[in-house]
Amino acid sequence: MEIGITHYLSVGAILFTIGVFGIFLNKKNVIIILMSIELILLAVNINLIGFSAHLGDLTGQVFAMFVLTVAAAEAAIGLAILVIYFRNRGNIDVENLNIMKG
Amino acid sequence: MQYNDVPNFLPALPEIFMSVICMVLLIFGVFKGNKSTYLISWLVILSLFLTSLFCILGPKDEIIFSNIFIVDDFSIFSKVLIIIGAIAALAMSLSYIRNEGMEKFEYPILIMLSTLGMMMMVSANDLISLYVGLELQSLALYVLAAFKRDTLKSSEAGLKYFVLGALSSGMLLYGASLIYGFSGTTNFETIQAMFDSNNEPSLGIIVGIVFIISAMAFKVSAVPFHMWTPDVYEGSTTSVTAFLSMAPKVAAMALFIRLVYVPFYGLVPEWQQVVILISAASMVIGSLAAIRQTNIKRLMAYSSIGHMGFALLGLSAGTQQGVESVLIYMFIYLFMNIGVFVVILSMRVNGVMVENINDLSGLGKNNPFLAIIFGILMFSLAGIPPLAGFFGKFYVFLAAVDSGLYILCVIGVISSVIGAFYYLRIVKIMYFDDPVDIFEKPNSASMISLLSISGIFTIFFIVAPTPLISWAHHAASSIIQ
Repeated sequence: MEIGITHYLSVGAILFTIGVFGIFLNKKNVIIILMSIELILLAVNINLIGFSAHLGDLTGQVFAMFVLTVAAAEAAIGLAILVIYFRNRGNIDVENLNIMKG
Repeated sequence: MQYNDVPNFLPALPEIFMSVICMVLLIFGVFKGNKSTYLISWLVILSLFLTSLFCILGPKDEIIFSNIFIVDDFSIFSKVLIIIGAIAALAMSLSYIRNEGMEKFEYPILIMLSTLGMMMMVSANDLISLYVGLELQSLALYVLAAFKRDTLKSSEAGLKYFVLGALSSGMLLYGASLIYGFSGTTNFETIQAMFDSNNEPSLGIIVGIVFIISAMAFKVSAVPFHMWTPDVYEGSTTSVTAFLSMAPKVAAMALFIRLVYVPFYGLVPEWQQVVILISAASMVIGSLAAIRQTNIKRLMAYSSIGHMGFALLGLSAGTQQGVESVLIYMFIYLFMNIGVFVVILSMRVNGVMVENINDLSGLGKNNPFLAIIFGILMFSLAGIPPLAGFFGKFYVFLAAVDSGLYILCVIGVISSVIGAFYYLRIVKIMYFDDPVDIFEKPNSASMISLLSISGIFTIFFIVAPTPLISWAHHAASSIIQ
């Protein structure tokens, strides 16, 4: 069987869905949310690279490089905010993220 | 390398100037420490002012850097509006950050960086430059939301904003990847040209558009993607809330307009139904959920959700008149918000910030100047006729009626009436309830002058609405070919 664009898109869609569900269904740890965000961005990268190879067009790969770079910056800022949250709260459980509601 | 290989940098001069100034001020701040915050803030305000002059006087109708960066009347209008918001937010927070002990030199620089990101994104003409600009503003805003890092509320606000903002960026990217894959290009004009020729878009394109519109709804805080807004508005320090409610809203709405009117202009029926849905939901939820709020910042969050619903009402018209009305609406909304947040920043009792709506009671007796302007702004936000807020709503309704969106207009009028309740309740608390606390008088000249500008604009907009309308008309006609 030859691996075609459909397979790449399926993997991308599955990873994206896992990432979104990881953010909303997870009740335990904020780190898991950060991992889910990375999963979403990598799903997008698989899409972009798959399309780029399929179309024979380099733009998608350039886009993927930008996404990788920004994802690194985003993870750094996310972890920094998580650290200051931990200093104030003492734990990073998702169910305790409820000082403000209504 | 030949001379004519050198790209034309001149149209991007405002952005280049700003990024250079950001780095220079950052190094300056590192050497001078936090005691230079006041100086750096004024330097940032000065450079933002110069940037707006560059925007107005610079060349326009140019597309540079291999068609990824566009400068037209529309982007200039949005940039000037964004800069006004950033300058106002920074000027009103000068005394606040000193009183709250968060006088760090990064604060004005982060505001400037996120303003730079907003200017990049309203000038984007390609999905890649759009994404990079959007992330520059978002990353700076996440840090700003968590800026008061020794309080639990602020760090929780930062964390929530980060998680939901990153999710919305992910959705934008997934949509962008589908658009790229099914159209073969990331350039806005090429995508637009594609839908002019064959009118039957593939399913992948439709799914991509829905993903991108959802992400933009996140950024403008429209229902059903509004969950982050009240928490982030309440948790962030008030000066950051003021900034969040002004410049990023204008930038996200401008980007929304460019996305649906440039690349997807041939697909109006496809995106129109989605925008109608989120517009109606935002107007209704924005007015209903605000009724039971007791915290003034949460109330302003729901108020901004409702106002974004009204702006989207104009956007959903799908015509040039619709774009024009949204631009007028955002302009008026920005100026009203300046005054509202100056008053919220003045809510200090014995050196402590208070945020409860009931703390405003008796303001009419204790501080008549603050109370009268705040009252006028509340009437204006509710949309009472002679004031500026009425005209904002008037033009969006006019655009929507001309496109035949009658049911949406009825929903809009009803939620506007419901919304008037909570705005007028604040006026009632200020003038008819017994005084409890006496606010310290806002002593800084910048706050008094911002409040006066906002009040004068709101009252006297009716005298000379023509310049703004004709400017918005030029801006709107530049993006619709």
